[in-house]
Amino acid sequence: MNINFYKYRIFAFVFSTAILLVSTILFAYKSLNLGIDFKGGIMIEAKFSETPVISELRKKIENLNIGNSEIQEFGDPSIILFKLENSSAEKNTNLIIDKFKESIGTEADYRRVEFVGPKVGKELKIIALKAIIFSLIAMFIYIWFRFSGWQFGLGALIALFHDVISTIGFFSITQVEFNLASIAAILTIAGYSINDTVVVFDRIRENLVKSDLEFSSLLNKSINQTLSRTFMTSVTTLLALVALFVFGGEVIKGFVSAMIWGVLIGTYSSIFIASPLIILFGYKYNKG
Amino acid sequence: MLKVSKWNLFFIIVVCISGLYFILPNFYGKSEVTALPSYISKKQVNLGLDLQGGSHLLLEVDTRSVLKEESENLVDEIRSVLRKMKVKYLNLGSKVTGAVVTIKDEQMVSPVITELRKSINKQILIENEGNKLSLLFSEKMISDSRNRTVEQSIEVVRKRVDESGTKEPTIQKQGNERIIVQLPGVKDPDRIKTLIGRTAKLNFHMLDKTTVELAEQRGKFPAGTFKALNADPTAYEKEFLVKKRVLLTGDRLKNAAATVDAQTGRYVVAFEFDTKGAKKFAKITTENTYQRLAILLDNRVISAPQIREPITGGQGNISGNFSANAANDLAVLLRAGSLPAPIQVLEERTVGPSLGLDSIEAGKKALIIGFMLVIIFMIIKYRVFGFVADLAIIINVILLVSMLSAIEATLTMPGIAGIVLTVGMAVDANVLVFERIREELRSGRSIINSIELGYKYALKTIIDANFTTLIAALLLFNYGSGPIKGFAVTLSIGILTSMFSALILTKMIVSLWVLKFKPNKIYI
Repeated sequence: MNINFYKYRIFAFVFSTAILLVSTILFAYKSLNLGIDFKGGIMIEAKFSETPVISELRKKIENLNIGNSEIQEFGDPSIILFKLENSSAEKNTNLIIDKFKESIGTEADYRRVEFVGPKVGKELKIIALKAIIFSLIAMFIYIWFRFSGWQFGLGALIALFHDVISTIGFFSITQVEFNLASIAAILTIAGYSINDTVVVFDRIRENLVKSDLEFSSLLNKSINQTLSRTFMTSVTTLLALVALFVFGGEVIKGFVSAMIWGVLIGTYSSIFIASPLIILFGYKYNKG
Repeated sequence: MLKVSKWNLFFIIVVCISGLYFILPNFYGKSEVTALPSYISKKQVNLGLDLQGGSHLLLEVDTRSVLKEESENLVDEIRSVLRKMKVKYLNLGSKVTGAVVTIKDEQMVSPVITELRKSINKQILIENEGNKLSLLFSEKMISDSRNRTVEQSIEVVRKRVDESGTKEPTIQKQGNERIIVQLPGVKDPDRIKTLIGRTAKLNFHMLDKTTVELAEQRGKFPAGTFKALNADPTAYEKEFLVKKRVLLTGDRLKNAAATVDAQTGRYVVAFEFDTKGAKKFAKITTENTYQRLAILLDNRVISAPQIREPITGGQGNISGNFSANAANDLAVLLRAGSLPAPIQVLEERTVGPSLGLDSIEAGKKALIIGFMLVIIFMIIKYRVFGFVADLAIIINVILLVSMLSAIEATLTMPGIAGIVLTVGMAVDANVLVFERIREELRSGRSIINSIELGYKYALKTIIDANFTTLIAALLLFNYGSGPIKGFAVTLSIGILTSMFSALILTKMIVSLWVLKFKPNKIYI
């Protein structure tokens, strides 16, 4: 198999620019569906013995007068996820949760109760940002040292940004809840994407030593040589992820869906973005 | 030349056996495992709170309130020093961490400072600007006070949690003034939260003879009294006029227990003072016979009985309008003592047992199905080599779980996702090798030669590629909390075990197979 990936670089760049633009615009206008991890608030998952009527639940909660609330079905019509934003004067969350349980019914099975105060929400935001930034920097430095030439490091880093930003775009367009697990998803995607990129780069480096091809052809050859591995690994990882998505339960569905997107976009970017960028940045090597 | 080293074989066998050794205890229940013979490992994978159900609480101790109290005490000390010296002063008041005062006569400033230095804590810094004095706690005093408050709070919280009957709680300090409480398998987290959050300051006062109503009609409260609400809002007497002086505090209690009063059949909390408290209590009840005592918990009256006779035995009952639970909780609070400062719940994550069970089921199912899909796919794609890779995946998962057990790691739902993901990604190292072998075969090398080169060339790439994932996992471990940490742990260990299984284990199996059967043609 010999596909001329390099030839398609213009299409890829246009496609990726479009994805990045759409992601940025979505992020700016539609924002993210922030979970209570970052926004603060109360989240309660309740299982009812009989399928409840959501509009009735909504009325009951409005009567509590504690601020905005979100009510949604969670995987099953009898399971409801409530998100409450406490803007009332009562700062004792314990009392608010008690009041909530009283009005919704004490016989329901309260499967999950989470509360994140505004202070902790802010701290978690900072921690999440730090985690993402430090991991990007660490990976950039690693690639830079490992492959002579900053073009490799920058190519990988841009591919990485591409994946991270489009994953944020994914969260924005699907409005999948963005929480701490989403940060884990983004970091894992980053690791996966770099992993893919490194495999291609390694082959380029190896070919550089023994081949006297023109750099663009050498690049193409390297991508083609590793293509079957890239494909195989993506398929096995996706198989595992799809199993998690279908059977893994509602709690981690958001996390898994982001990972599936990340594997797809990470595979794409290491082939179409990271490698062609090396040439674009003017990498020159001395033949012979 | 492709060869099988005895040492390599030995190493693999040792690793696999220790893998089985450490994974074994997980097949037994928590109680069964302790009954196993001593030569068998008893370390199990812990289930995270999201899988076994339970509560995670992050508490913050309001250490400033203690400093404020200390500042007010400082003000009292300054006042008494100035009074003793007969010095006139203005604007005596407390600050957050200290006090200020203005001395009227500027001549007296330096003798006052000398006198203050003698009688107050040496670590308090005294500064003056003209006749304005400011007394500030030193940094060390502030941090000492903060530490003491947090340590005491942890002690009290631990006692309360223990008294409530929670098994295996984890209570630890985080940062300067925070406490993490983890309560696995708690059935009624609300009750424990309420227990933990109460300051539970028990004070004994006397009631004033005047009632609140009368005082309000007169428009003037008697000197040295204050209005306190009844803790039971449904009671007939809503408010009490309480004398400010604290006669006795809950610190002097030796024991407390919920019992049923034989006469009324109601729940009461019986308490017992220590020797010093008993003496004091006897004195109070002797001096104030026929008057009403006020027992205040966190500044609300929980009981205001009339003293019918002197109580010299140091024992008594608190008879509020208690339910069985309320009496029990009050007894727990009194036994554990009061918190030195108010506590606030900053974060709570509680998972009920039903969700935990559902998650375990879902995780198992996803793991098995994901596993099967990958295994079948590999056999279809690589035939014999796929089978070898599958063997590697299975051993990989065994090693992963055994390492998690050996370090007694906590398995969370994201952690299970990490294992499933590892299954998918563990194949990667094998795929890299196999693809490389295939390439070498195509370029016309011999089978043995191709296998050897395949492993050699793929090695560098595998290490490079896994290293970056490891970076991501380690950062996640560093910054993540709870469940996410669980994900980072399984992912990092998964990377290590997958490198072992792909680079050492499958290489051994493939070499053995090729050397033994010397195939003329291999399908890869």
